[in-house]
Amino acid sequence: MVDLRERSERVWGWLADVPDPEIPVISIVDLGIVREVNWHDDPAGAVCEVVITPTYSGCPATEVIGRSIEEALRERGVERVRLESRIAPAWTTDWLTSEGRRKLSEYGIAPPARRADGRQVIDISGLRRRTAEDAPAACPHCGSAHTEPISRHGSTPCKALHRCLDCREPFDYFKCH
Amino acid sequence: MLLDDKSVYLMRLGDNALVLSQRLSEWCGKGPAFEEDMALTNTALDLIGQARMWLSYAGEVEGRGRDEDALAFRRDSHEFTNLLLVEQPNGDYAHTLVRQFFFDVWHQLTLDALTRSSDDRIADIASKAIKEVAYHLRRSSDLVVRLGDGTAESRRRMQDAVDALWMYTGEMFKADETEELLGAQGLACDPSTLKDAWLAMVREVFAEATLTVPDSEWMQKGGKQGRHGEHLGLLLAEMQFLQRAYPNASW
Repeated sequence: MVDLRERSERVWGWLADVPDPEIPVISIVDLGIVREVNWHDDPAGAVCEVVITPTYSGCPATEVIGRSIEEALRERGVERVRLESRIAPAWTTDWLTSEGRRKLSEYGIAPPARRADGRQVIDISGLRRRTAEDAPAACPHCGSAHTEPISRHGSTPCKALHRCLDCREPFDYFKCH
Repeated sequence: MLLDDKSVYLMRLGDNALVLSQRLSEWCGKGPAFEEDMALTNTALDLIGQARMWLSYAGEVEGRGRDEDALAFRRDSHEFTNLLLVEQPNGDYAHTLVRQFFFDVWHQLTLDALTRSSDDRIADIASKAIKEVAYHLRRSSDLVVRLGDGTAESRRRMQDAVDALWMYTGEMFKADETEELLGAQGLACDPSTLKDAWLAMVREVFAEATLTVPDSEWMQKGGKQGRHGEHLGLLLAEMQFLQRAYPNASW
């Protein structure tokens, strides 16, 4: 009998292979979507509970992610999976792993330029001030910090469009959230 | 009855997000620029996600077996309790933007207050939504300045939109018994307490945008009580068509 901790760690390892459906180069663990893995004893067989959190409220990938998790665990012989969605604390890009940031960058998406620092609530008086929010993202192609935003929104809720003023390439920026 | 008041209040929050999301979706594929098309539809997506969270909770609290879909697709316009502002037609881009800006400021202030709700689930939903809404407000306030302080044509259109939509802003701060009751209990926020902060933000942005804050005090009201104009009925006819024509259809 493998102890519970070891079993949970094995599940974390499997989930680290489940790609994000929108940005398949990183996994749902890299993204910080998986919050907890818990095993619950049950007379009918142990239940593996996976706690996930949505990135943006309306992100259509959330449902696909749930199905991918169930599939990945069933393939490895976990019969009983329970998914739990939790919205608090709210997802933040601070939960991106360093591995995830590296993979994003290699893929051509600039990772968030700063930390959200657990700030859940933004004071309205701060919204009009130009702050570190607008710090330029380093170009994932040539590394230059000489970049500018083109559009606050991109192809998915988590991205914005920027362009490099040195190599002239446009690139996706993973917004700080 | 407290439970009734709570579900009524939650439904208002959900209806605002849902109706504005539907309005913004009407721009999909028709935005004046590619970036604007993406911005409007991404904002609509955030709002539909927020609407689902509020309406699911409203249905649970109500306890009549109605889920988010039943509430969204099976109610008639007199049962919708959104603010009149959000059902106003898109009009030209100035109308869409000014409507968004007025709402975003109110939304940000409301959610900020709700993050301190005595009800944990309300506080959790608000804490999630406010991060998205802060982003909406950053964008809408920026664009109000760019177009207000833009060309003579863009400024004229923005001021026309401000003058036309102003009468729908009073309702946002007019508390009714439900809001007074829940506000006193710390569960919701009494909207009358937000008016000064809202006006201060609007004045600040309008000053930069060279737009004039109207001095008219006459305001429309009734949206929160289910008294809507003709526009909401037309919006719902399109949004609800499938579930009305083919009840329980799913894919």
